[in-house]
Amino acid sequence: MLEAWSVSRLAATVQSVLRGEPCLQDLWLEGELSNLRGGYAGHLYFTLKDAAAQVRCVMFGGQWRSLGLENGQQVLAHGRVDFWEVRGDLQFYVDFVQPAGVGVWQAQFERLKAKLEAEGLFDPARKRPLPPFPRRVGVATSPAGQVFHDICRVIGRRWPLAEVVLAPTPVQGPDAVAGLVWAIGRLNQEGVDVIIVARGGGSLEELWPFNEEQVARAIFASRAPVVSGVGHEPDVTIADLVADLRAPTPSVAAELAVPDRAYLGGRLQALMAALEEELGEGLDYRRRLLAGLQAALERSLPDIPALRAAALALGQRCWLLAQQQARQLGEQLQALGQRLAALDPRATLARGYAIVRRRDGPVVTSLAQVKGGDLLDIYVADGQFPAEVKRQYGF
Amino acid sequence: MASEGEPSFEDLYRRLEEVAQRLEQGGLGLEEAIALYEEGMRLAVRCRQMLEQAQLRIIRLREELGLYTEEGGGALSPLEDVEAELE
Repeated sequence: MLEAWSVSRLAATVQSVLRGEPCLQDLWLEGELSNLRGGYAGHLYFTLKDAAAQVRCVMFGGQWRSLGLENGQQVLAHGRVDFWEVRGDLQFYVDFVQPAGVGVWQAQFERLKAKLEAEGLFDPARKRPLPPFPRRVGVATSPAGQVFHDICRVIGRRWPLAEVVLAPTPVQGPDAVAGLVWAIGRLNQEGVDVIIVARGGGSLEELWPFNEEQVARAIFASRAPVVSGVGHEPDVTIADLVADLRAPTPSVAAELAVPDRAYLGGRLQALMAALEEELGEGLDYRRRLLAGLQAALERSLPDIPALRAAALALGQRCWLLAQQQARQLGEQLQALGQRLAALDPRATLARGYAIVRRRDGPVVTSLAQVKGGDLLDIYVADGQFPAEVKRQYGF
Repeated sequence: MASEGEPSFEDLYRRLEEVAQRLEQGGLGLEEAIALYEEGMRLAVRCRQMLEQAQLRIIRLREELGLYTEEGGGALSPLEDVEAELE
């Protein structure tokens, strides 16, 4: 059907065609810089050309300022092709530019690195510590080849308490990206405590899946901390940069992911010794405390020998005092005896007096006590003699 | 590997460190100190047994994307090698 298009329709159609072509939307372009000029709002306008052709380019934002771009420089630029309808120009919208000569792989690496870094995927603050005693260790790698074998050997030696969960994935070639993304996600579903993402050494192209954005994002999204061990020491991949911990090789990744039982055995030994020592010290302390208390108790007991000596001394003193007392009493008795002797009636008898005593007892002091015929005893100084009352007389 | 419900090495080890620290701080009654000591020793012995007797277990998940031609879940020769080696 014959009809006239509007210019706008043409512009829209051209845009639609260009935008529908994936290779034009994610394109690396190499050429010589010319006609560099800063535009308004910090945009950079320039032309990329080779011997036969040229294309207008624009780079938004200010990120080009630090690159030190100059006319005549050969560069590698990444971007997308579009049609700017206002001017009627085909333009290359550049998001990353790099001096040529490094190779497109390296340029791609640098571009993705800059992009993910700006998004914070490599932020050191985001790096999580690995669990000290993982029970389940996830491994995302190929089941074929030496890598998985080495990982199992290391974990078997260092930390056989763990369970190794392998999510098998190709680690190179066209399926590797999908496989790695699946493996990381699947291991998280399994609830593993830590994930090792590994592959052996290889060329830049063989390692390339580990530089892909999807893999980087899968690692970033992993709930379990990720240890990367990709290639050999000098190889650094985007996956290494996103991982919580980067190991230079798969075997080292396995070593870093699990504790060492030999070390732990030594630590246990030390802990047991410390327990012994602590308890021993506690007991010693208590022993010393007890000994001190015992000594204090003993000190506070009465001094029995001293008491005994004191008692003995007291006894002796009593004895001496008693003896003294007895002697004094004896002397008093003697004095009393002398005094009594002075009162002895017999002394009176010696002067001629006599005592008359009835035979049946009482001393006669009155006439009334006697009558004729009573028997009497008469006491004189040197003895007695009997007598009889003849007759009773009244005085 | 410990069966479900049994305390993990980590549980036992953490408790052991706690016990050692508690004992180290001192100020405990004699009976408490002895009880802690006995518990610590039991924990340490159990931990050492776990370290010495553990056997690595290896599980292979089924590959779900069809990226391999061989049947998923079956052990490949490298796995058998490893398990045999660790026996």
